[in-house]
Amino acid sequence: MARTRTRDRMNNEVNAGSMADIAFLLLIFFLVTTTILEDKGILVRLPPWSDEEPDIAKLKTRNVYSVLVNAQNQLLVRGDLKDIRDLRKDTKDFIVNPERREDLSESPTKAIISLKNDRGTSYETYLEVYNELRAAYNEIWDTESRKQYGVDYEGLPIANKRAIRADFPMIISEAEPTNFGEE
Amino acid sequence: MSKFSKKSGKATPEVSTASLPDIIFMLLFFFMVVTVLRDSELLVQVNTPQATELTKLEEKSLVNYIYIGKPAARFAETYGTKPRIQLGDKFSTEKDIALFIANFRQGVPENRRASITSSLRVDGKVTMGIVQDVKTSLRKAGQVKVNYSAKKRAGELK
Repeated sequence: MARTRTRDRMNNEVNAGSMADIAFLLLIFFLVTTTILEDKGILVRLPPWSDEEPDIAKLKTRNVYSVLVNAQNQLLVRGDLKDIRDLRKDTKDFIVNPERREDLSESPTKAIISLKNDRGTSYETYLEVYNELRAAYNEIWDTESRKQYGVDYEGLPIANKRAIRADFPMIISEAEPTNFGEE
Repeated sequence: MSKFSKKSGKATPEVSTASLPDIIFMLLFFFMVVTVLRDSELLVQVNTPQATELTKLEEKSLVNYIYIGKPAARFAETYGTKPRIQLGDKFSTEKDIALFIANFRQGVPENRRASITSSLRVDGKVTMGIVQDVKTSLRKAGQVKVNYSAKKRAGELK
């Protein structure tokens, strides 16, 4: 009697039913602990390091769009106090200069945006300003792309993108910041 | 005739659950492979600002992270409240950046090194001074592809 029972037990397979539960536990552990970190941001290419400062004084004043941000996060655009909400439109006007005004850029290829901030400027403001300048160019490229090819800039092949960027090159020059307001 | 009657007499067979573990294991492996474990714990408080002109960073293996922000609450006693730089999993200064970048380059195949991006995850409240120092160090280290990490802004400005 006892003998037969042992043999029966030996023939039994290991119960695999709980395997699913174990796997589930592991699965839930991974689901909870891992963060799918999505990283988005404004991609920029910094100028390579050189010891001498680029000389912006040689350029004609009408071709330079100077944006200064002070430690109080105020904006001085070409000598006037400006609101950041007007920055995008004004920058676009400056670059394209549709009315051929004397005080705005000669041509989009000559337009240079000079951005200077203080060491006390908050990063938030800096990024907002940078974002607006970048947005101005993106909008110009978009309008141009729609005018020439009838599609958004994003949907263009690389060759056409290059062509547009050659006509409207994005030149944002950042000067060494002043140091008045760092805490 | 007898064939049919026999069949109806049997109880309905249960669905076999033997393959359930395999299915779950497949899911498990999928998640294990797809998710990237965060390699460093945040020592500083980072709340990135909002922006609209965003680009998504594609290849995570080519991205290194530089965090700037106030030390987290549990470090406030030892490190104060002045914004600090975090490289990898420790507090650093801008002088450590060159080495950090060089080390990161070592782990990347030579033909991909040009596409290495440094993602600056900077708190919005930080002043530009420290950010500028980091940018200068990055330029000196020859690392010019930089991403200012930001969140998507939905509405209008302010």
